[in-house]
Amino acid sequence: MIGAQARAQLESCLALLRDRRDAAAGRREIAEIVRDVLNSLQGDISARDIRLCEELESLAQYIQEAKNEIAALRPDEISQQHIPSATDELDAIVAATEEATGTILDCTETVEEVAKGLDQENAKKLEDAVTRVYEACNFQDITGQRITKVVKTLKHIEERVNFVVSALGHEPANGAERKPGKAGEQAAPAQDDAALLNGPQLPDNAFSQEDIDALLAD
Amino acid sequence: MAIDKNMQILIVDDYKTMLRIVRNLLKQLGFENVDEATDGSAALQKLREKSYGLVISDWNMEPMTGLQLLREVRSDDELKEMPFIMVTAESKSENVVAAKEAGVSNYIVKPFNAETLKSKISSVLGDF
Repeated sequence: MIGAQARAQLESCLALLRDRRDAAAGRREIAEIVRDVLNSLQGDISARDIRLCEELESLAQYIQEAKNEIAALRPDEISQQHIPSATDELDAIVAATEEATGTILDCTETVEEVAKGLDQENAKKLEDAVTRVYEACNFQDITGQRITKVVKTLKHIEERVNFVVSALGHEPANGAERKPGKAGEQAAPAQDDAALLNGPQLPDNAFSQEDIDALLAD
Repeated sequence: MAIDKNMQILIVDDYKTMLRIVRNLLKQLGFENVDEATDGSAALQKLREKSYGLVISDWNMEPMTGLQLLREVRSDDELKEMPFIMVTAESKSENVVAAKEAGVSNYIVKPFNAETLKSKISSVLGDF
């Protein structure tokens, strides 16, 4: 059993470790503390205590190795470069499709006006074609909402990466403070209704118009 | 009952492209008096200032969503009978149920076609 003096010494060292957890004590520091504890035990140490100390040292080494491996991955780059770059690209897609859709609608409205001056048969043909173009332009809204979902996922990954980096003793990347771009802007969820803001579903998960009609008719 | 095509229709969506598409499709159906709002609170203000015969609203908008707008409309003595069609990409059953419980007149899932828009308006307002 550990004596009272040794116990007090051990508790003091553990308190020091706990106080320093934000500073992420390195393997060497932890090993020094363990060594101090061992030196203070003055002969009243058991085989079980030695195993415990070895486990502690092994754990400290494991933490240090994990830190080195994560540092080698350069997690700051993920939040400072890769994710902002990806969200910027996605913003650009939304902007480009919006602009292109605007141009398509401009042209379609012109066609619709010209069609009014044609004979009835040709006017009808053009009107039908114009209607199909309007219907097809729905894609821009759906595309924008799908991209917003992707950007939201990327932001979540960025937050988790920063959390891991912070837990291992590094400062979070500045990217964590970066405000989302246009595609990343989310409607402020209305408290209880937030769970209902899911955006477009993939075809296999989506309710069809027929399903919705049936549900409303119930 | 035949639809009054001179009625004022309010369309609500935060995507200007969608406002334009719905406006053009309504125009093809003979509705020329179409007004626009880009979120629920702006729509509610317009509804309280002017007389409309139909609201066609998106769901996912800020600061006030289409569902919140619907609830506001249904709880307002002056507006509670207003025909209200939700047009949205939110296509989960719980969304449809929530809208139904809030008193939606009909529900259209995006992307939609002109025939669907026409049939839903007809089911709410009468024959074309």
